[in-house]
Amino acid sequence: MRYAMAVDTRKCVGCSDCVVACQTENNVPIGFCRDWITETVDGTYPNVEIELRSERCNHCDNSPCVRCCPTGASHIVEGGVVLVTHDECIGCGACIQSCPYDARYSHPDGYVDKCTFCMHRVEKGQKPACVDVCPTKCLYFGDLDDPNSDVSNALRNRKYKVLAPEAGTKPQIYFLT
Amino acid sequence: MTKRRDFIKISALGLGGAAIATSGLNFAGSKLMATPQGGEKVKGTNLRRFPTYCEVCFWKCAGWTYVDDKDEIVKVIGNDEDPHCNGRLCPRGTGGPGMYNDKDRLKTPLIRVEKNGEQTFREATWDEALDYTAKRLKEVADKHGPECVALFNHGSGGKYFGDLLKAFGSDNIAAPSFAQCRGPRETAWIATYGEAVGSPEPTDIRDTKCLVLIGSHIGENMHNGQVQEMSDAIDKGATIITVDPRFSTAASKSKFWLPIKPATDIALLLAWIHVLIEEEIYNKEFVEQYTYGFDLLKKHVKNMTPEWAYGETTIKPDIIRKTAREMAQAAPAVIVHPGRHVTWYGDDTQRIRAVAILNALLGSWGSRGGFYMKESAHLPKPKLPPFPKPKRNWRDAYPGQYNLASLALSSGICDATIPSSNRDCSFKAWIVYGTNLPLTLPNINNTLNAISHLEFMVAIDTMPMEVTGYADVVLPECTYLERYDLIRTSPHREPYVALRMPAVEPKYDSKPGWWIAKKLADKMGLGDYFPYDDITELLDWQLKHIGSSLEEMKKIGVRKLERESGPLYFTKGEEIEFNTPSGKIELFSNELAAENFDGIPVYTKHPQPPQGFYRLIYGRAPMHTFSRTANNANLTDLMDENSVWVNPKVARLWDLKTGQKVWLKNQDDVVTTYPLKVRITERIRWDSVYMVHGFGHSKKELSRAFGKGANDTEMITKVMMDPIMGGTGMRGNFITFLTEKPEEVES
Repeated sequence: MRYAMAVDTRKCVGCSDCVVACQTENNVPIGFCRDWITETVDGTYPNVEIELRSERCNHCDNSPCVRCCPTGASHIVEGGVVLVTHDECIGCGACIQSCPYDARYSHPDGYVDKCTFCMHRVEKGQKPACVDVCPTKCLYFGDLDDPNSDVSNALRNRKYKVLAPEAGTKPQIYFLT
Repeated sequence: MTKRRDFIKISALGLGGAAIATSGLNFAGSKLMATPQGGEKVKGTNLRRFPTYCEVCFWKCAGWTYVDDKDEIVKVIGNDEDPHCNGRLCPRGTGGPGMYNDKDRLKTPLIRVEKNGEQTFREATWDEALDYTAKRLKEVADKHGPECVALFNHGSGGKYFGDLLKAFGSDNIAAPSFAQCRGPRETAWIATYGEAVGSPEPTDIRDTKCLVLIGSHIGENMHNGQVQEMSDAIDKGATIITVDPRFSTAASKSKFWLPIKPATDIALLLAWIHVLIEEEIYNKEFVEQYTYGFDLLKKHVKNMTPEWAYGETTIKPDIIRKTAREMAQAAPAVIVHPGRHVTWYGDDTQRIRAVAILNALLGSWGSRGGFYMKESAHLPKPKLPPFPKPKRNWRDAYPGQYNLASLALSSGICDATIPSSNRDCSFKAWIVYGTNLPLTLPNINNTLNAISHLEFMVAIDTMPMEVTGYADVVLPECTYLERYDLIRTSPHREPYVALRMPAVEPKYDSKPGWWIAKKLADKMGLGDYFPYDDITELLDWQLKHIGSSLEEMKKIGVRKLERESGPLYFTKGEEIEFNTPSGKIELFSNELAAENFDGIPVYTKHPQPPQGFYRLIYGRAPMHTFSRTANNANLTDLMDENSVWVNPKVARLWDLKTGQKVWLKNQDDVVTTYPLKVRITERIRWDSVYMVHGFGHSKKELSRAFGKGANDTEMITKVMMDPIMGGTGMRGNFITFLTEKPEEVES
């Protein structure tokens, strides 16, 4: 089993609904976020292109945050999901430094926090909150090992890319272009 | 012959006729304020959920408010059965709890008093505040007549205050959503198709093959159902054509982006019409059967070639032809979107008429993938005593003008509040419900001048918006998550009803709008117009008439009803009588011609910005609704200020850097109170700047919004009036940059 997410940049309008839904679902304090929107603009007027991406922890196969964690708080669970055990975390921030995606933040309560792929929902057969709320349905989640999963179907006939492939982290968020 | 519009009317009457007398209402003596006990337990959690429909914008998506075991609201999630949202709220709806949790909310009634020569508010009880309001309104009525009282409203509670005002003897009920927003569209559509577009727009985007957006920035305006359907259309490979001087999000999803020179849209529309007719690629069958005035139209656009339009619009002739052909190829599954905020240049009714005509030539009205025939649910109305007939209304302030305005003009009432020698009466009192007039009406000084002439003003709001600072009485309404409101019956593909119920008790000393209006009515001796002790009695009675009940709706939130007005689309060859003078879709408008306006839209040149000035274009960000969300912590977390978008070429001229703060100054030497950041971007034309509306709040009580960003409304001092329906065209203002803090100017 390998959980992953695909983001259709052709459909994303950058509304940030994924961000608010994550904040209310996971009680993320105001001023912090586990997911966010990136907009890149290319070209010169009037030949312009925009790419809008909903971004979050890449739940990397080769995750520098897990390797550098001195206490083992950052760990990988079944399905390849990278999690942080809050009461084992000493808040040293090494993982924050090591992440090429800037996906982690220091929670005011003293631990490091980030996207969990909403495992508390996934365990109950639901989708992550961001996926369920997205008005454009541009987020696809599921098991890459299951050829019928939403994410496998989304990746099948489309071109896609990952962010910072040169970092060698083997990220698991795929951006359909 | 089908008269679809009339059929709906009749069906409404039928139900109205079934309304039983007030005495027949079996009103149990219930508690005054129904408490939100119960709620459905959510399996495997400590949460309960209550149905609601959203009030963060006008789209009114239905959802569920989730409450934990400490009675705290934790989240709001869309209702899967609701066609407005299909279970997916937008960021503002998802951020709804931020409105409830806002510590800056209005907490208690306030009355203006003079203390040591200074005016200030004092806290008051509801009884005091309502007694005082009733007394002051009566004084105005005794002195000048009740019709000198006007209501400005926006949102679900407007209906209660409208009924109150009508019972009082005035029908001056205005919403800025007409003259400052979609009024020209509705007037144009009525002139063409005999009916207004309405909200939500009946655009069949999910099945369209071609969607044409003219300045309509779906995706930045989060009109939820439309955003969702546009995404579906992208999935299905529909062609999107976007006309916008700004590279909007929608433009970035488009096959064709037409970066038009602002204020020249009518030239483009007429050229498109020209191409369809000259190349004979319009929908002949549809035009022949349903339209009136084709020959006049053909003659009118004969010389309006793409080459002619190129000179006006800067859009290349071959692109104009290509896009016209794309539309024709997709027809009738094509939508030239009527837009929503369309008060731009003062000839807006005519511009939207051109849009309506284009749709008629393509045969999209009543076609799958074009416009569907919407239907709303009809609920019985309780029998009320007849409303007194007002002796006069706002129209008497404008004799012979704006006859085609189908609703009252906010700006018209505002202007007619300023005393004038040629009017025998001006407005003397305002009731303002849920609309922040100084950030909504153009020309703030004019609005404040009008307010200064009022003898009395009461504002009902959830937040200490700017407008409340000018009121004599401020009444705190609780948020939508803490109250019942009327059943939502807005139209869709099928008729639906949706329930809003409180998930928690109102915070502070705030009360629901219905309660405020009813109590005020009681104190004014108009209690008979509110024939219930608690609004739940009315809701239950209405719901039982359609085979549901309050009990059922509390469990499901949304219920779909059967269509009664026939199929969703016109059937082949169906004979239809439209509600226009000719009974046809009017390409040439007899209604406009009878009022001495052009029967077919004419292109007129509008002023372009002088050297060193740029046209101010304003719009929406997906996480905010006008100025009302600017203090919502969940949403300011995403965007807490606006910026001014500047083309890099312009930035070089002015030596501007991204992030640098500038003040804007307009053609009338008005300067923004606050500076805002520059965003240098290729997404905007060099002759224009863009900013998101709703920032630059000046009220300190809005702790997160105060002084954040700049207020575009301050820059809108020039209004281009639509002579047809009184819309206030607001895109004829030009600004320049001040890189240093301007000296204090006298206000």
